[in-house]
Amino acid sequence: MTDVLNPIEVHAEDHGHEEHHGPTGILKWLTTTDHKVIGMSYTITAVMMLVIGGLFAEIIRAQLAAPSAGLVSLAQYNQLFTMHGSVMIYLFAGPFAFGALANFLVPIQIGAPDMAFPRLNALSYWLYLTGCLTMLSGFFTSGGAANFGWVGYAPLSNSLNSPGAGADLWIGALLLTGFSAIFTGVNLTATIFYLRAPGMTMFRMPIFTWNMLVTGILILLAFPVLTAGLIMLYCDRHFGTHIFSVAGGGVPVLWQHIFWFWGHPEVYILALPFFGMVSEIIPVFSKKPTFGYKGMIFATLTIAALSLGVWAHHMFTTGVVLLPFFSAMSLLIAVPTGIKMFNWIGSMWRGEIWFSTAMLMSIGFVVTFLIGGITGIYLASPPLDFFTHDTYFVVAHFHSVVMALVLGAMGGLYFWGPKMTGFLLNEKIGKSQFWFLFIGTQVLTFPQYLLGLHGMPRRMAVYPHDAQWQFMNQLSSIGAALIGISTILFVVNVMYSWKKYPAGDNPWDGHALEWFTTSPPPHHNFYRLPKIRSERPTWDYNHPEHKALAHGHSSDGANA
Amino acid sequence: MKVESKILLSLGLFFGIMCAVYWRWSVENAGGVMMLSGMLLCFLPGSYYYWWSRRMKERPEDNPNATQEEGAGFVGTFPGSSIWPFVLGMGAFFTVLALVFGIWLLLPGLFLGGWAVLGGSGEGRRGGKH
Repeated sequence: MTDVLNPIEVHAEDHGHEEHHGPTGILKWLTTTDHKVIGMSYTITAVMMLVIGGLFAEIIRAQLAAPSAGLVSLAQYNQLFTMHGSVMIYLFAGPFAFGALANFLVPIQIGAPDMAFPRLNALSYWLYLTGCLTMLSGFFTSGGAANFGWVGYAPLSNSLNSPGAGADLWIGALLLTGFSAIFTGVNLTATIFYLRAPGMTMFRMPIFTWNMLVTGILILLAFPVLTAGLIMLYCDRHFGTHIFSVAGGGVPVLWQHIFWFWGHPEVYILALPFFGMVSEIIPVFSKKPTFGYKGMIFATLTIAALSLGVWAHHMFTTGVVLLPFFSAMSLLIAVPTGIKMFNWIGSMWRGEIWFSTAMLMSIGFVVTFLIGGITGIYLASPPLDFFTHDTYFVVAHFHSVVMALVLGAMGGLYFWGPKMTGFLLNEKIGKSQFWFLFIGTQVLTFPQYLLGLHGMPRRMAVYPHDAQWQFMNQLSSIGAALIGISTILFVVNVMYSWKKYPAGDNPWDGHALEWFTTSPPPHHNFYRLPKIRSERPTWDYNHPEHKALAHGHSSDGANA
Repeated sequence: MKVESKILLSLGLFFGIMCAVYWRWSVENAGGVMMLSGMLLCFLPGSYYYWWSRRMKERPEDNPNATQEEGAGFVGTFPGSSIWPFVLGMGAFFTVLALVFGIWLLLPGLFLGGWAVLGGSGEGRRGGKH
């Protein structure tokens, strides 16, 4: 253990004594408790999961390019869509947000030497990694991987309808990753409450850190419910309880309540970190402070508050939920999201916009998320939902949303990757990656909206020979191929740019504290800290003539 | 500390109101119970922070005019590296595999888990490695 002093005590001339002499190589990876190394491990694992989940999606789209392509069997198709959803939601989107980037950035953005509980943080990573292995190992069992959809609805997920090890491995994997998420939530909350640098008041924290705090609280509210539900499901499958089975007096719909009580806050656990990333990227590349800083935080907190009361909008067609309550709550959540949209546009308004790859990805995020959000408002209305429930309209809606998150994730990697590795990525390849990803996303989802309105149900491996359906499915598959090309371009870019373009400490003229330290940051993050007087301390230090005063008014009197 | 407690308390209050409305209006109990638990989960740490925020003197991180010098000194004790999270993670891994492949896997699972708990707490007390 090292007793850590505030960076003010560490002077430039005696860096030597802060140098870290720990194990190296594989032993370093196994024993590290440094949030930066753990963040990097999370990043690499999560991007690998994105690639694996993406491969499943490409196979699904290839199968659907013809009415009965026969590329995979019906049973294999069920496993593929289940594992595509599970890998993307449980193993990529969440862990990438709160495990990878938040782990790396939150302590640095608030001027802390590490997370509050470094060993718990390391445990989170090991539970996540073993969770990934557990879930994917389902493919190597005789019955194949889980095949009841990523939502695992009862009674389809009971031992009669889904026997075999694949389903149990799915449950086990979610137990592991669930605990991993809970520990990360504890860590984030404690770090933000207790390890801020002097002068870093709550209302001076970067929006990304704010969003991660709210994400941490939401994780603590939602994940234990899922874990409890999974234990009940396991007991139903193996110990003869009848919690979710009608035969023994149980209630199958209870699983849906429990699952979505986790599942809808989970949507915001996934989305808020990416909202935060975009909220950091847009002002930097517009050369302006964040427009409506406090409004942004208020919107985040409102989304969190409402997110606990909207779960049953996934269950409108069960016929046993309170339609007006859930419809009203779901419609209300559009208001804070609208505030965020307004503020992102306000941050760009009359700014000096620099169209770097990270900025393009962020603008792509705003546009794509707007499409996903607006179609979400349609679905919040029960009469429309009755008509489109379980059709491709819903598939298209949430793929607009999650592909927006992928755009945000890529923006985050282009923006903060240089801080994590010390090297920039190639902008030319990055921009072509953006266009493939952005156009691919729209080509993927738009035909799916129409397919849904024409009545094509989701989770179908074959569909009737109908010229219109086939054409739109093929269009959608072309979109998936474009997204595949964009992912290949990203991998090519990482290999091509490897250690080629040194980034320096502050390549983008950034605002928050992470741009004040070196790239990559030293052990325990800072040799010195600037005076913190606004939400952009690094900018204030580098541009004393344009110091930001209280929220959004620059010192020269102009309303920035 | 005041802002922190206010966030949690207002979230809890909102969940409480939502829970009351939902409980009166709906015909099922699961959602109400879950929202009630959400409220309690916010009130517990929220009221603790509120209690403390009235008793402690202002921390440098809550003072908008604090200088870095005010935070000088001891921040905390952080481990440089530790093998125990990995051992505990492997213990959990084997325990979960025991749910799927057979009870015998509990043996390595619980052994590794117990070893990590002993090793980790020993490391915390002794000070461990840099």
